[in-house]
Formats: sequence, structure tokens, C-alpha cells
Amino acid sequence: MVQVLKSTDAVIVGLGWTGAIMARELSRAGLKVIALERGPDRDAAESFALPQIRDELRYSVRQELMQDPKVETVTLRHRLDDEARPVRRFGSFLPGDGVGGMGTHWNGNTFRFLPSDHRLRSHLTERYGAARIPDDMTIQDWDVTYEDLEPHYSRFEALCGVSGKAGNIAGKIQPGGNPFEGPRSGEYPNRPLTPSHANELFRHAATEIGLHPFPAPASNASAPYTNPEGASLGACQYCGHCDRFGCEANAKATPMSTLAPALRQTAGFSKVTNAYVTRVLYDAKGKRATGVRYVDLRSGETYDQPADIVVLSAWVFGNTRLMLQSGIGEPYDPRSGKGVVGKNYCYQIQPTVQLFFKDEELNPFMGAGGLGMVVDDFNGDNFDHAKLGFFGGGYISLNSTNGRPISFRPTPPGTPAWGTKWKQETAQWYRRTASVLCEGTNYASRTNALDLDPTYRDMLGQPLLRMTYNFTPNDRAMADFLLGKAAEIGRAMNATVVAPQPRKGDFNVVSYQSSHNTGGTIMGRTPSDSVVNRYLQSWDAHNVFVLGSSVFPQNAGYNPTAAAAATTYWCADALVKKYLKDPAPLVTQ
Amino acid sequence: MLDRRGFMVSGGAFALAQADAAAVDSGTNIKHDGAEAPKNTAADPLYALTPGEAEFLTAVVDAFIPADDLSPSGSECGVVVFIDRQLAGAYGAGARLYQEGPFQPGNGQSQFGPQSPLPPLQFIQLGIAELDTWSMANSNVPVRQLAKPDLNTLLQNLEAGKIALPRIDARAFFSALLQLTMEGFFSDPIYGGNRDKASWRMIGYPGLPATYSKAIKQYRGRRYQAEPRSIADFL
Repeated sequence: MVQVLKSTDAVIVGLGWTGAIMARELSRAGLKVIALERGPDRDAAESFALPQIRDELRYSVRQELMQDPKVETVTLRHRLDDEARPVRRFGSFLPGDGVGGMGTHWNGNTFRFLPSDHRLRSHLTERYGAARIPDDMTIQDWDVTYEDLEPHYSRFEALCGVSGKAGNIAGKIQPGGNPFEGPRSGEYPNRPLTPSHANELFRHAATEIGLHPFPAPASNASAPYTNPEGASLGACQYCGHCDRFGCEANAKATPMSTLAPALRQTAGFSKVTNAYVTRVLYDAKGKRATGVRYVDLRSGETYDQPADIVVLSAWVFGNTRLMLQSGIGEPYDPRSGKGVVGKNYCYQIQPTVQLFFKDEELNPFMGAGGLGMVVDDFNGDNFDHAKLGFFGGGYISLNSTNGRPISFRPTPPGTPAWGTKWKQETAQWYRRTASVLCEGTNYASRTNALDLDPTYRDMLGQPLLRMTYNFTPNDRAMADFLLGKAAEIGRAMNATVVAPQPRKGDFNVVSYQSSHNTGGTIMGRTPSDSVVNRYLQSWDAHNVFVLGSSVFPQNAGYNPTAAAAATTYWCADALVKKYLKDPAPLVTQ
Repeated sequence: MLDRRGFMVSGGAFALAQADAAAVDSGTNIKHDGAEAPKNTAADPLYALTPGEAEFLTAVVDAFIPADDLSPSGSECGVVVFIDRQLAGAYGAGARLYQEGPFQPGNGQSQFGPQSPLPPLQFIQLGIAELDTWSMANSNVPVRQLAKPDLNTLLQNLEAGKIALPRIDARAFFSALLQLTMEGFFSDPIYGGNRDKASWRMIGYPGLPATYSKAIKQYRGRRYQAEPRSIADFL
């Protein structure tokens, strides 16, 4: 039996970064807002305290803060004719769970996308001609420009107290920052983090070979900070337990650390945890949603929560699955190219080069999630692709994130995985190794897409989301190019062993790569090319707004959190200033 | 070396050590002085595995982590105790593992991860039985009685996919054995492995509290050395 609850102004599905930002903006505007979060609530002081939080087995290996595949996972096939298999344990990407979502266990890398990333098809067409874009590369413009988003990127950086160095303020290039970035309205709120020894080796080598290194912008506060919402962050301890963990120092910006104090004091806001939303209640004739249905995972009871506005902020998989299950928008068919929901699913291409230094002591256990030295010379279209056989690129960085020994103990190529020789090599190199990472673009392909699996079910018996995904020839050529550049930097660092680690074969869901999944409910100019318009409003239900990286038409060569947050502020701005006054489509066709 | 935050934490641990000078690691009876190599004695209770299965694992983890100047052997470091406890708990029962069918064998395609219907405890137990059967058929002895060079050869062949077992994905079984061994060797000693922080000493990992806001600069290019400390040292 379904219990129907009292109607509310807005219901928000998922309380990670984008849901929390939207909850704050709507409740601040006077709306009654109910956020439904599938996972548990966590009190940082209680859950992330020393010494227990420094438990690599519990948090990193057993993944305590992550989504439980027993409740819901995804299936994977590499080709349209393959049979999909379920991802039985999460590995290559780690969806979050609970209040704060992935914003709890992220590293804190807070990059803006390049101006050209936001209008990719137009940019590449103007520079290289339409004929150069392969037919099955289904990239498109965001229909929101970098200039539109700049104030919203700035707002998110202020919220998080981002530590960094500006490279371009209002068109003026700043020494020490990223000269390739779009013009910023101001400096970062906090000075950069203290670089590690390995960061410095990278900086010197990159400078020597004519590149432009800069400190990675990080939502790990380099000094205590109070944000515009009145929340206080502590200073980063460089503990090396950032990604996959909560932060006991409260130095990592998370939805909880930055927004929870303000939300607690907002009368119109409330949250329900352990609430698994199964569908949007959709009035197809009226082209609007009437609310959402959810199951309380503790009691098994089903509830309908009526609402005037429905916000989906359940990450790439949750958003796409809810649209498909609710019948909102036309499902994408990769064979015909028709339909939109599930289209342009993208990921991140991350080749790495492992470096070994016989004479350096690198103390790899000292680090912070966003502690990196970066070059952007080979990202996006920052370099000429006229004579190259691919589009895209990525930043190349040396990140000092952690030396947690269950998972971090690289050895040079040819070392056995166990036995006496393995022990010797592990003991010799543990403190003397670092990796150069490439954060590569992933441009949409006609066949990489999401739909509902015909076979596998979640714990409630509903279809899982099925991922059809593999690397494209463009991805592989781009990855080889970046790997060559990363190795060149490694050699300039005078590493004893430079070991590029190309990813060969089909996409693998076992070993960690990146949790930067994008697409499935993409934004665009018309209902025929997108699920949501430039204000992230559904073309098929004007009171449904979809947030997060699921709206990116393709992925850029950066960590996507800042872009997901900036588009959320952009959407909230339109929602509050325009939609509340006139609840109707914000873009008319 | 420690900043204020680290000092406060270590101060607490110091007070604890004063109160109980004979502090021991829970369940391991190992003193913290590190002078004596810890032993995996018969006194360690088994929670999930049979004695025979524990002997199988002792042989395997000691092949993976042989005793030498760098550390005692895997079993001496408590790795079998660790594996037994993991398999006896939520992990062994299949926590955070999607177990709905249909189950399609991996067919050597490792991109999907193991597709077995078995939770880890039953998976490891079946693998042990299967490999023992294989060993009996090929060498007339179970795995735990193989001479060390023969055991090493067997494990190398298993790792390389040269051994097929009728009822289990042999390579997935090998991967699970190696992964559990490394987890037991390198995890915090609170789980029963890594006794006396042997692996952390081997590589120079200092453990907790890991507060390096000043050290990150002070030790740039120099080795940071400290007596490794476990979660248990701060309770």
C-alpha cells in the first residue's frame, strides 16, 4: 500500500553536492523543500573521528561510504550485441551513498572546464571544419557558455574555500597559475596547498621543458576558512586519507561541511534518509511531474511525496534511471540514433606513467586529495589538432594523494606480484615512487549509452541501468598521445624508471580509474538533441530539473565537480528568478 | 615533528600506555617492543575455516610472503588469522556484493570481475577443495604438503591461467587469495594481520596519526621516519 504524504513545494532526489546546493537555494527563496536521500545520515564529528577514520581496509578497500551494490548496481556490456553482466562489486568508479553523496568521499579537485569545452562542437567546427568531426562522435554544445557560468564557478569556489592560484583574472595572465584557463573574476579564496617534494620535482621538470605548471585547485583548505554560508573549515593535515574517506579535520569541503550548518537553520528544509526513490510520478498529458514515489529502506513502506517541483540530483546513473523508469523523454536507441534519454554516456580516460627514483625520498603517505602539480598544455583544444588523428586531451599532473599500503605499492615493470623478489622491490620502491596522471577527455560516441537492463534487477525488483561502453579509436589515440607527453615529463624529472601504463583491451570495471561518469540526461538546444534545456529543465516536464554531470553532453579533461556545481547554481538562479514567477518551459520551441 | 593536533592525539595514547604498560594488541598477544617475531600458534582460534583449510592458507600466504630479512612470513604476521576473520564476518557472507542471477561465467574475461554465485567464504572454501583435488591428482599430496619449490610452481601456473579447475574460475580464485593476503599483510593490525606492523616497518609506512601539515615541507626530499602506530595505539 502506498501512503500519500502532504504535498511540498519542492522535492529533491539525492543529497550530494548538487542536491544540497539546490536545497539551500530553494529553501533560502522561501520554498518548503524535502530532500530524499537513499543512504544514511552521518554526523562528521561522530563518523569521521580519529583514530578510526584512518582505516584503509574499512573505508578504501571495503568501501564503507559507497553505494551498496546489493541495493542497486549497474550492468555492463562493451558492444551492442554483447550480453551484459552485472558489476557485482564497484571498482573502476565508486558511487557515493548517504547525506553528502560522493561529495563526502571525493578528493576535492575543483577545476573549471575550458571555455571551449562548453561549446565543443562549434569550437572544433570553427577551427578545423565540420568534416573533421567523425560521424559517430556525437559531441554537442552545452548551450551554456563559460561566461554564463563564471559567476557560478566563483560561487562554488567561495563555498568550498578552494586553495589555488589564478592563471587568468579578467583576461590578464597571472604568473604561477594556469595560463590556459578561462578568464576568472578573481583569485581563489585560499592560497595553494603546500607542495610535496614530488610536486616540486614535477614543477621544475615541466618548466624546464617549456610547459606551464600550476598548483591544482583543491577543496582542501590550506588555512582555516569561513565560507559565505557561515560554515567554518579547518586546515588540511595532509593525512593521505582523503578520497574514499571522511575528513576529521573538516578541511575538505563537502556538502555537510559547507552547507549543513545553513540548511539546519533554514525552516523550510527537511530531509528523509534511507529513502530510495523508485520513480517520478509523471503526468504525460499535462507534461509535468506530480511528485515522486519512494521506499523507506528500513521499513519497506512505500510513500508518494507530491511536490510542485521535482529535482533529480541522484548522479549520472540515478538521474538517467529515474527518467527511464518514469517514462519522461524518449529513450535513446543507439542503433537508430533516435531518442535522447541515456544518450552520450561518457567517462574519463586516465592513462598513467609510474615513476621510480632510486635517490629520492618522497614520503608518499603525506598528501591531500587535491595536492597536485598540473600542466594544462595538452588539455582540450589548448594545442593544435590539425595534424593529429584525434580530438581532445587532458591535464597531466603529479598528485600526492596517498601512500596507503594495501592499495599503493607500485613496483617497476617485470616485478612478480608475490614472493621474495616482490618483497625486495616493494621495500625498495614504496617511498620512492610517484605517478604522473593524465585526466583525459571522453568525447561522446553513438554507441556508448545507458538504458534499462532487460534481465538484472535491484533489491526491489526493478530493472538495473545497463551501460554500453567501450573506449573509442579517438580515446585510444588521445591516450597514447598523453602518455607520451607524461613520460617526457617523467624523463625530465630524472626518474630512474619511467613506466607508462597503457590501458589495453576493453573497458574494465574492476580496477579503479575514475568516478567521473557523465551524460545520460544531456543538455542542449532542442528536444531532439537533449533531455534538458540550458536551464537543466526537462523538455518533457517543465517542473522537473536534472542536476549534475549527467547533463554534460561529453566529458572534459578535468574532474567534473565544479562544473556540476556551477551548472546547479546556474539552474537555481533561473528557477528562483524566472520559473517561480511563471512555472512554464523556460525555453520555448 | 608533530603539530598541535598530532600532539594532542599522541598525548592521549601516551597516557594510555602509562596506565597499562603491558598493553597488548587485541587478540594477538604480541608485545609492542617488536623484539620477537610473532607466531601464528595453535592458540589462534578459527572462526570460519577448518584446520585443514587454515593449513592450506598458511602454505600459500607463506609462499606469497616468505620470511626473510624484511619481515616474518605471512602466517607469522597473522595473515591467516586475518583471512579467517574476514571470511567469518560480513565480507565473507557477501556484504556489498551483488548476488542476483543469472550467473554468466567470466569465460576468462576479467573486465567484469568475478561472476560467481558464491559469497567469499564459500568461494575460498570451494577453491581450496578444488586446488587440493588438482594437487592430489597431479602430485599425490594436498597443497599444504607440497615442497616449497613445487608450491611456488603451482601458484605461478595458477596465476598464469595454466590450471583449470572444474567448478571455479581458477584465476579469480588466485586473485582472491593474493588480494586477501595483501589486505592481511598491509592493513591496520586491528584486524589480526600485520602483527607488530611488520609490513609497515618493511616499507617505512608510519601509520597513524598521519598529521603532516608541517612535515610535508620539513621533510621535503628527506625520509620521514617514525615508529609506526596503529588505530589500537590511540584507543
